[in-house]
Amino acid sequence: MKKAVSFLLIAGLAVSMLAGCGSENNGAAGNGGTSNAADGTEAGGAQAVSDVKVGVIYIGDENEGYSAAHMTGIDEMMSELGLSDAQVIEKTNVPEDESCYDAAVDLAEQGCNIIFGTSFGFESYLLQAAAEYPEVQFCHGTGYQAASSGLSNMHNYFTAVYESRYVSGVVAGLKLNEMIADGTITEDEAKMGYVGAYPYAEVISGFTSFYLGAKSVCPSVTMEVQYTNSWADMSGEAEVATKLIDDGCVLISQHADTTGAPSACQEKGVPCVGYNIDMTSVAPDSALTSASINWGPYYTYAVQCVMNGEEIVTDWCQGYAEGADRITALNENVIAEGTQEKVTEVETSLKEGTLHVFDTATFTVNGSSLEDLIAGGGDYEKYAAYVSDGYFHESELASAPAFDLIIDGITSVTE
Amino acid sequence: MSKEVKEPLVRMTKRDTIGTAKAWGIRLAAVLLSLVVAGLVIVAITKQNPIQVYLGIVDGAVGTNRRAWVTVRETLALLCIAIGLTPAFKMKFWNIGAEGQILMGGTATAALMIYAGDALPNWLLLVLIFIASAAAGLIWGLIPAVFKAYFNTNETLFTLMLNYVAMQIVTFCIVFWENPAGSNTVGIIGAAGQKGWFPSLFGNIYGLNVVIVLILTLGMYIYMKYSKQGYEIAVVGESQNTARYAGINVKRVIIRTMMISGGICGLAGSLIVSGASHTISTSTAGGRGFTAIIVAWMSKFNPFAMILVSAFLVFMQQGAIQVASQFGLNENASDIITGILLFFLIGCEFFINYKLELRKNRKEGK
Repeated sequence: MKKAVSFLLIAGLAVSMLAGCGSENNGAAGNGGTSNAADGTEAGGAQAVSDVKVGVIYIGDENEGYSAAHMTGIDEMMSELGLSDAQVIEKTNVPEDESCYDAAVDLAEQGCNIIFGTSFGFESYLLQAAAEYPEVQFCHGTGYQAASSGLSNMHNYFTAVYESRYVSGVVAGLKLNEMIADGTITEDEAKMGYVGAYPYAEVISGFTSFYLGAKSVCPSVTMEVQYTNSWADMSGEAEVATKLIDDGCVLISQHADTTGAPSACQEKGVPCVGYNIDMTSVAPDSALTSASINWGPYYTYAVQCVMNGEEIVTDWCQGYAEGADRITALNENVIAEGTQEKVTEVETSLKEGTLHVFDTATFTVNGSSLEDLIAGGGDYEKYAAYVSDGYFHESELASAPAFDLIIDGITSVTE
Repeated sequence: MSKEVKEPLVRMTKRDTIGTAKAWGIRLAAVLLSLVVAGLVIVAITKQNPIQVYLGIVDGAVGTNRRAWVTVRETLALLCIAIGLTPAFKMKFWNIGAEGQILMGGTATAALMIYAGDALPNWLLLVLIFIASAAAGLIWGLIPAVFKAYFNTNETLFTLMLNYVAMQIVTFCIVFWENPAGSNTVGIIGAAGQKGWFPSLFGNIYGLNVVIVLILTLGMYIYMKYSKQGYEIAVVGESQNTARYAGINVKRVIIRTMMISGGICGLAGSLIVSGASHTISTSTAGGRGFTAIIVAWMSKFNPFAMILVSAFLVFMQQGAIQVASQFGLNENASDIITGILLFFLIGCEFFINYKLELRKNRKEGK
């Protein structure tokens, strides 16, 4: 009897609690609905600075290099456009699953006019949210599906990071030249190692441009690439870097987000090129420079568009010329002599558009030029749209990188 | 000769019985006390008004219709896993392999959505998904059960290790399913036709989740309380020797119970993949297999109490997301609040089971 009573009590409590939730929601949902409608009418036309509301979804937080770079960009946008803290809602540590969709629609319901998602894996969830909130602008970094989605409020953005990788490659190549001149290594021993995250276009395009940068000053250079299968795996990156050094690599670079590889290089006394952030704090005697992205120009542009009631381009990609890419300060302790002059020269020609990173005259695939391979048809035919005027038009058709060929001189080890 | 033993100031005695009202009174006091302590901690660490932070938590968990349903959806997933763990833990079979069982169920679900999505009508596909995911979880529960029953292996280690095997299987499958190639993510499966997705029920996209989990909850309550098998589980849990003496086939009970436990956890995998995320990754289970153990224990294996406990934990977790973005706090801030609440809630059970007697009181009693 007593048990039956307690069971009823618990059941009753459960029901009343659920009912409690329900009634609370109804009230709140009413409010949410009206505020949404209000936003909908505003979104069409131009808006005052005080009306715009920005939502951002980060994969990590300020302790992780990639998200930190985006946060810096958002801060730059805020000071540029004069937005207050209350107008920017940031969600950190959002995983790449339905939580991203939940976060996106939640931001939309809070009245955001424009929502940024920074991680590659967010894309399909943002598409889902974009279809539901046609009056809100959704911008996805590093993705590729906006153009094909048919949604006018879905946009992709990226920067021409291959340009900064190319410049950092030049720095690496000059260092190799110095080592050859010193007699530390022979020309044939000029082998670089590259710690990659995943074997797909974004990473392949990145390491190819890094390699081409090095090759432009050190013709005998070769490179070995190994993957960690993670964007951020401190110990995994250190492990792969150590393995590459044991394989005879005399210089290391990375496309992964932690300081694992530079730390390993510092320990082994091998020069290295980082990514995103200045690595000199962990590798003062090894880090040459880092290829990095400045997201500020895009965030300023996109929010400005919303404020002016203008369309945001579906695919946005800018590079050195617009200040969206750069390399971090050169580490004077490690770089070869004359690096600064050469870097300035390369940067100038990139900005002027006289230098193309993926110049088809500078590389071959399986011994043939890319033009010949495309003419031969087969699997290479799909690259026809990208190649003209003697270079591969990276990130011009879509903002996300598309170059996914392994060129001669690079060994890519996929396990 | 005999020296008088000095009575301690406070001594504890086991309570024989405690009134329901008094027990709940103690629990309520514990919650209130924990809110005060958590409030002090918030002020000390973050300099934020604790009332504002609490309101932020409530707002984040149930502040809008959609947030409330996300909270419900997450509660249901956690509840389903806790329901699955109940028979195993009641039998004192330490199944800490729910993560693996969920992942296997999720993998089976994703496989069906990918390979059979276009070939079958949605209702048939869903039926197959339920069967396959339960079967996958069942196998993952069966393996350690057989070894436990016949070779008396340690099930704690065995089930834990199988979690990692399941993770590797998911990683392996992602190689074939990833989209785009090399990215290591599967993305939303069947976004175009919503094939293999739970259909809306009663006008709500999570309606089917509610129905399934409530049926499981009620079923588990009846099974554990009124069925012969449920009784056998309780006896085996208390003492295997007693069970043998009473003529219960212990091996069979262990194997059968773990099949049920694993099967329900596998079904939870389909609930997560087919009913919520529509994708699969190694973090699909996301630690819920472990959190569910806390839910089951705190509820003392009462399925209806589990509704409350899982709702509470998810409430705090969803609230945390809002607090983090509203106050610019790290999400760990609300983990601290949850930790304080749990400390008081678990601690108050001591005062329900025991009572403290002051020295003076006792003398008066004599």
